[in-house]
Amino acid sequence: MHGDTSAADPREIVEPRGPGGRITERVRIRATSGWRAVDWVEFWRYRELLWFLAARDIKLRYKQTVLGVAWAVIQPLSTMLVFSVFFGKLAKIPSEGIPYPLLTLVGLLPWQLFAYALTQSSNSLVSEQRLITKVYFPRLIVPVASVLAGVVDLLIGLVLTLGMITLYAAKGWFRIELTAAFFMIPLFMLFALATAFTVGLWLATLNVQYRDIRHAIPFLTQFWMFVTPVAYPSSLVPAKYRALYALNPMTGVVDGFRWALLHTASPGWGPLGVSLVVVAAMLVGGLYNFRRVERTFADLV
Amino acid sequence: MSETAIRVEGMGKQYRIVDRRNPYDTLRERIMDFARSPIAALRGREPPKTFWALKNVSFEVNRGEVVGIIGRNGAGKSTLLKILSRISEPSEGQAEVQGRVGSLLEVGTGFHMELTGRENVFLNGAILGMKRAETARKFDEIVAFAQVEEFIDTPIKFYSTGMYMRLGFAVAAHLEPDILIVDEVLAVGDAEFQKKCLGKMGDVARGGRTVLFVSHQMNAVRALCSKALWLVRGQVADFSDTEAVIRRYLSDESDASAWSSDGPPGEGLDNPHFSPRRFALVDSGLAPLTGSAGADEKVGVLIEGDVATPHAALTVGFAVTAATGEVLFWSLATDQTRERWPVYRQGINRLVGWLPRRFLNEGDYIVELVASLHLTEWLSEPGRNAPRLRLVVRGGLGASPYWMHARPGLNAPLLEFESLPAGNSPELP
Repeated sequence: MHGDTSAADPREIVEPRGPGGRITERVRIRATSGWRAVDWVEFWRYRELLWFLAARDIKLRYKQTVLGVAWAVIQPLSTMLVFSVFFGKLAKIPSEGIPYPLLTLVGLLPWQLFAYALTQSSNSLVSEQRLITKVYFPRLIVPVASVLAGVVDLLIGLVLTLGMITLYAAKGWFRIELTAAFFMIPLFMLFALATAFTVGLWLATLNVQYRDIRHAIPFLTQFWMFVTPVAYPSSLVPAKYRALYALNPMTGVVDGFRWALLHTASPGWGPLGVSLVVVAAMLVGGLYNFRRVERTFADLV
Repeated sequence: MSETAIRVEGMGKQYRIVDRRNPYDTLRERIMDFARSPIAALRGREPPKTFWALKNVSFEVNRGEVVGIIGRNGAGKSTLLKILSRISEPSEGQAEVQGRVGSLLEVGTGFHMELTGRENVFLNGAILGMKRAETARKFDEIVAFAQVEEFIDTPIKFYSTGMYMRLGFAVAAHLEPDILIVDEVLAVGDAEFQKKCLGKMGDVARGGRTVLFVSHQMNAVRALCSKALWLVRGQVADFSDTEAVIRRYLSDESDASAWSSDGPPGEGLDNPHFSPRRFALVDSGLAPLTGSAGADEKVGVLIEGDVATPHAALTVGFAVTAATGEVLFWSLATDQTRERWPVYRQGINRLVGWLPRRFLNEGDYIVELVASLHLTEWLSEPGRNAPRLRLVVRGGLGASPYWMHARPGLNAPLLEFESLPAGNSPELP
């Protein structure tokens, strides 16, 4: 289908715009094929668009609903209540000496960020199809922008969690102090985002081509939640499976959040390192794949 | 440094023909295919049908030139703009574009109904490639152009269509690119909006920028463009002086005195309420008109359409335009009193509209089918997707020996003249 077999980027800027606005920008447009790396320079030039799209998502997330910002509190809080009743009280899941509601709330923080980011990025290209078919910009902006709004939810959830911890301490039910480990949270958050984005990027690319992918995403997140220690501590998993279990990047993230906030056992650094490498490799592969398929997006969506 | 702003060489774009009811692949289908016959599935499905939306297109546009792109629906105009805007990749050939490109393929791309006018201006600016500071600097100008000052902090879902369009166009119009690419945005919006947009685009053009402008409105192309590019089925049919191209386009695109379609007519004409099947010029005996007609002959415009679901608001008629582009008139079957309106039944419906004797001048005319659901939806829109015919009027201009050849003007109606009583007649009204 593509006549030209050259692997060169069609969007190469031969010369950048010179000082004084003189026209020196020159773009060559032609058919391309094969693999190519992300043009990060161009991506950087469009950083404001990235920000505007993310800001739009954040505004809409809190504007379109009656409850607005309250959603960011109600979502983890209500899930925590349900889990506490069914898993904590009725199923009597052990919680390593920590009140079950706190244990599960801290698990829900990164989980909800992950689930949101995964769902949003998977659907991002299809839901922005009007933009993609009407304007040119680096397409990668779309999935990247789609995951960012989740961070605001996480920050609100984090404040909620600190409030809960303070409440437990004030009532004398459970006392815990914040340590330097608290400052590891941004790193775990980033890893959760990166994992969600990586999987989401692959799915988004597939989603453009196969429209039934999006029906599979809710199943994927649900299944993934059960193999992640959200509703239970990871110590519940039999020791012989634990190494395998820890390869799930989200196991490391949730254990990391609990370790940083509740001083439970530190996450298995070894398996965490392994999953980090796997995610990084998948991310790089996903970016190349994205760039390969990108040129057909406008024709497909 | 060369003066060329856009150079296109041997460009082609191939598309897959997709089934309209089922345009997307599903993974489920692929898996089912594989389960049914793994070897055939691995060998790959039969190659999809393809067509060339553009083929071997080459042309050059110099800096500061304003070029109109004309052609029928499906001629490849939008595809060309999409490729030059870098939205879609060509399948072959190449283009070199010098300067910052701003493209306006749709008014208000990325506008979100829940956001306020202000928020949308900044978002839209960023989408079109403006820096935040740049948008901020031009903000007041944009809002003033759009005339939405009082509503700028209101979510745009409360805007009227006019306000929405004006705001969308205003942002794009203040983009200040070196090359502006505009697709048919004037087709929407009211007359005043169109006038304003045309004015703004004229300013842009006079400012020395290069403009590519797709339009079906020949008057707009004529007013703005120094050159015109005419595409026919993905190929360049003509590229030269606007007036000459328009003349050729209007006459060449409709040299038939009959149009017919055995199956679904395509070109966006298929619809359940009135799918045109035949559109033809006939003589007073309903026989097909061949060759030219005399100005003293009664000419009929036969309209035949397939109705699957009758619609109460269906209006059908035709438009007559001079070959030079001036519109003479539109006439609809519903112009008559209500009792005389046609009643459309399921199946093939036929009607004929009569052009009176001694009404048109000698000359070439274009007759286009008009069909719409009143105020709701175009079914056949002149200048866009309407079937068109060519009516040639020669001779028959008068029984009088005084003036028997073509007259000035587009019409040559036979009017009634009356002798009045001699002398001063102060009592006359």
